[in-house]
Amino acid sequence: MQMTQTQRSQVAAPIETFRAEALTKVYPGETPVHALRGVDLEMYEGELAVLLGPSGSGKSTLLNILGGLDQPTAGHFYFRGRDVTKFDQEELTQYRRDNVGFVFQFYNLIPSLTARENVALVTEIAQHPMTPDEALQMVGLGHRLDHFPAQLSGGEQQRVAIARAIAKRPSVLLCDEPTGALDSKTGIVVLQAIVRANQELGTTTAVITHNAVMAAMADRVIRFADGNISSIERNTTKLKPEDLSW
Amino acid sequence: MSALQRFLLRWSMSLKVSALDRKLLRDVWRLKGQTLAISVVVAAGIALLVGTYGCLAALQASKDVFYERTSFADVWASVKRAPNSMHDKLAQIPGIATVETRIVADATLDIADMIDPARGRIISVKEGEIPLLNQFDLLAGRLVQYGRPNEILISDAFAKAHKLGLGDTLSANIYGKKRKLEIVGIALTPEYVYALAPGQIMPDDKRFGILWMGYEALSAAYDLEESFNSVTATLLHGAVEADVLQRLDILLKPYGGVGAYGRKDQISDFFLTNELAQLASSGAVAPPIFLGVAAFLLNIVISRLVATEREQIGLLKAFGYTDWDVGWQYTKLVAIVVGFGLALGLWGGVWFGQGMTSMYTTYFKFPVLEYRVNAGVFASAAIVTVIAGIIGGVSAVRQAIKLSPAVAMAPPVPTSFNKSKFSIWFERFHISQPTRMIFRHVTRWPLRTAMTVAGISFSVALLIASFFFMDSVGKVIQVYFYQAERQTLTVSFVEPRGAEVEESILRLPGVLATQPVRTVSARLRHGPYTKRSAVNGLVKSADMNRLLGADEKPLDPPDGGIALSEHIAKELHVQVGDMITVEVLQERRPVIEVPVTQVVKQYLGFSTYMHISELNRLMHEGPTVTGIHVLADSRYINDLYTKLKNTPMVAGVAQTEASLRGFQDTMDQTMYVMIGFYIAFSSLIAFGVAYNSARIALSERARSLASLRVLGFTRQEVAYILLGELGVQTLLALPVGCLFGYGLAYAMSPMLKTDMYDFPFIINDPTYGFSVMVVAIAAAICAVLVRRRVYNLDLISVLKTRE
Repeated sequence: MQMTQTQRSQVAAPIETFRAEALTKVYPGETPVHALRGVDLEMYEGELAVLLGPSGSGKSTLLNILGGLDQPTAGHFYFRGRDVTKFDQEELTQYRRDNVGFVFQFYNLIPSLTARENVALVTEIAQHPMTPDEALQMVGLGHRLDHFPAQLSGGEQQRVAIARAIAKRPSVLLCDEPTGALDSKTGIVVLQAIVRANQELGTTTAVITHNAVMAAMADRVIRFADGNISSIERNTTKLKPEDLSW
Repeated sequence: MSALQRFLLRWSMSLKVSALDRKLLRDVWRLKGQTLAISVVVAAGIALLVGTYGCLAALQASKDVFYERTSFADVWASVKRAPNSMHDKLAQIPGIATVETRIVADATLDIADMIDPARGRIISVKEGEIPLLNQFDLLAGRLVQYGRPNEILISDAFAKAHKLGLGDTLSANIYGKKRKLEIVGIALTPEYVYALAPGQIMPDDKRFGILWMGYEALSAAYDLEESFNSVTATLLHGAVEADVLQRLDILLKPYGGVGAYGRKDQISDFFLTNELAQLASSGAVAPPIFLGVAAFLLNIVISRLVATEREQIGLLKAFGYTDWDVGWQYTKLVAIVVGFGLALGLWGGVWFGQGMTSMYTTYFKFPVLEYRVNAGVFASAAIVTVIAGIIGGVSAVRQAIKLSPAVAMAPPVPTSFNKSKFSIWFERFHISQPTRMIFRHVTRWPLRTAMTVAGISFSVALLIASFFFMDSVGKVIQVYFYQAERQTLTVSFVEPRGAEVEESILRLPGVLATQPVRTVSARLRHGPYTKRSAVNGLVKSADMNRLLGADEKPLDPPDGGIALSEHIAKELHVQVGDMITVEVLQERRPVIEVPVTQVVKQYLGFSTYMHISELNRLMHEGPTVTGIHVLADSRYINDLYTKLKNTPMVAGVAQTEASLRGFQDTMDQTMYVMIGFYIAFSSLIAFGVAYNSARIALSERARSLASLRVLGFTRQEVAYILLGELGVQTLLALPVGCLFGYGLAYAMSPMLKTDMYDFPFIINDPTYGFSVMVVAIAAAICAVLVRRRVYNLDLISVLKTRE
């Protein structure tokens, strides 16, 4: 009997999406800031990781490097075996365009485009995208397609942002405090959308948060302190977002 | 932080500058590109104002001082010949203060360094004395002495043009006799500040000079012993000029008077006055345009700054700063921007004014003509700058004052957009999302778009209105020199000659064809309107000097009527078919009523025309000419000149090509220089508006654009969204600007009409093309500058912060 892709990945050794080796990031200045101090980390296909840690612990810096927004001062970072740290600006743009979906705390929607058009912004330049309508259906906004950001609530705006991030079927979904600006009820709806994308698309997903409660929904919980990883835990049982509360 | 910024920071710390002021200085520094663009536009307006009015003041002062010091006359009259005993009768005319009689005569001059003959105007002076009126400044040498008939003084400009000095000689053809004259002095006279030879359109220092000769020598040469042919006089305070002119005419009529006239018909003063008026009107038009644009830019930049700093403003007020403290900060920002512009403009204006003044010294010969820093002009520049600052800044500052802290600190509501009627089109034509963004932004803020479009289109308009002068001048040259005045040269005679003289001219070497002309001086009258003009008698089917109809096709001179230049017809309020009175002002002074049978097109040297035999009949003379137009073969032109210089009856030779060259040179040196300035300033406006608009759009949308970069858009794609908006605005502005330009040029064209010129309203297609191109290039340059900023967007920091 043939195994499905998902079954295989659960049984066989997981396929590596990212590998970071001794990543270091120093912001120069009169007193240089060591944001990352030699981080080693692998992430796997279909995995949902939650990155926890106080402000300034380096998690956002890591996310920026993984997303191709920034380059490390030293160390290497491989995406499916390719050394992204050797990419130039054009290759980084291409890397983001083809592989990465971003979700930010402050949504960053384009106010002059409707929900559908905000998503279309990405699908127009992606290689195998879903339609904007499908993406918005996935985040439960099938009924708000033609609304402009100003006509949407904060949670709805964040879900449009998620739809925009996943519409290109990215290999990687990076979320930086996606619920930081939302109340818990709305936050859970947003998390549901992220989890759904992770499960249905098999997207490697990293969620940065201050909120320790969210650790319970992760495959792995990666804790940061002082520019380095302080611990990695694997959850044996994951909770669904709707079972979380804070 | 650059070294300069660090220095400014330390300097401001050492001065104990308040935190608020430090913020102000940093704002100015941060916005330096935009504030500099505004300052430069302010400076352009101020420079034009200071330069133009400073130059005007210099010209006015030089004129007043020179006229006053040299007792410049108020009235002039010419006669054929009147006995010196008339002098006392003239002096008794009520209203006359001082009267002086003299001889004024024209002669051809043979100068060693020039093949073609020059024209000399010889004025008599009492030996050893400076005249009572129109006194000249003796710049070098001495006065002519009694008993030395060959001594002369010559005008400074003529001496310089030929590098003639004291002791040099020149040969003159005086009343048919060749004389060798020795220069004993160099002089400068208020009567020929603008030295225009008769029948010419531009001064030509090489070909027209003023000479002073002892009365005894000149009267002997012209058979005018104990007589005079020219009268000048000053008037008493309160005298009525028209009365004096009338009495002069009555007294001089028996002696062949040619009609007395006042300063307004004195050629040199006429041009000087005209130039001053034109300078004043151009000084009144251009600077307000520039300052208006500066105020407009100031308004958009400061308003946007207040909008983006609303949180900070709220915070300051929450800390306990008063509304006025905050308002004062933005007022200071406005003051810094316009103050810098003012300083730059004053400096530039002095430089511009000096250049303009020195340009005038080549045309207007004053003993002293210097641009001087003028406190009054500076003060008015400062006042108009303050006004521009207030107009531009007041609404933005009021916005800052009125913001309540609670409102200011709450995040701004996201700008709401609505689906417009375009949306259906977007879907139907599969318009990409970036293109939709461009259209939604352009239509979301129609007022802002309209303002930017207006700003850019205004610079197109200003360019068109500047280039239009060139088109107009080109048209004048084409019509005047290539259609109306096609002769190689015109020979004029000392006295009217029999028509047979044409035969002898035709026999001269190189002469291919001739055309006779008879010119008399006349006063035209129609109801209450009068006009002094030459009446030219022309032949039919003329090939050289031709009349042109409204369609610029050649016309024959009228049979039994008179043809008027459009300009003169307008002044006399006559149309074809009306009767006018022609009072000839010489010989037997006949007066006749004639119908106006034609109105002809003329842009230069307006005149009046009749058929030559009609004119001769009117003068009770047989076939008579005063000049011959000549078409000459250029191969034999030197021989022809040599012959003409030695022909006794020739009083002057006017060359068409020399006057075309003179005209073009003058245009190159004066008008085109001015136009060059206007073009530079217009480009600055285009640049200032486009740059500010693009920078504001960038600062407002940095976040959106950075988000797109994060989503995987390339730098080019993101730049397209931002610059596409500028592109759309520019594209809208170009045709609008062409329309504005047409209107502006039309409104400005009456400024170019004087009693001497009538520059037509004409805009050639390339003018639109050039203007559009200059503005498109200016917009493209700012696009490149702003694109650099789009390329360097900091993706991370932009996304981390809330708007």
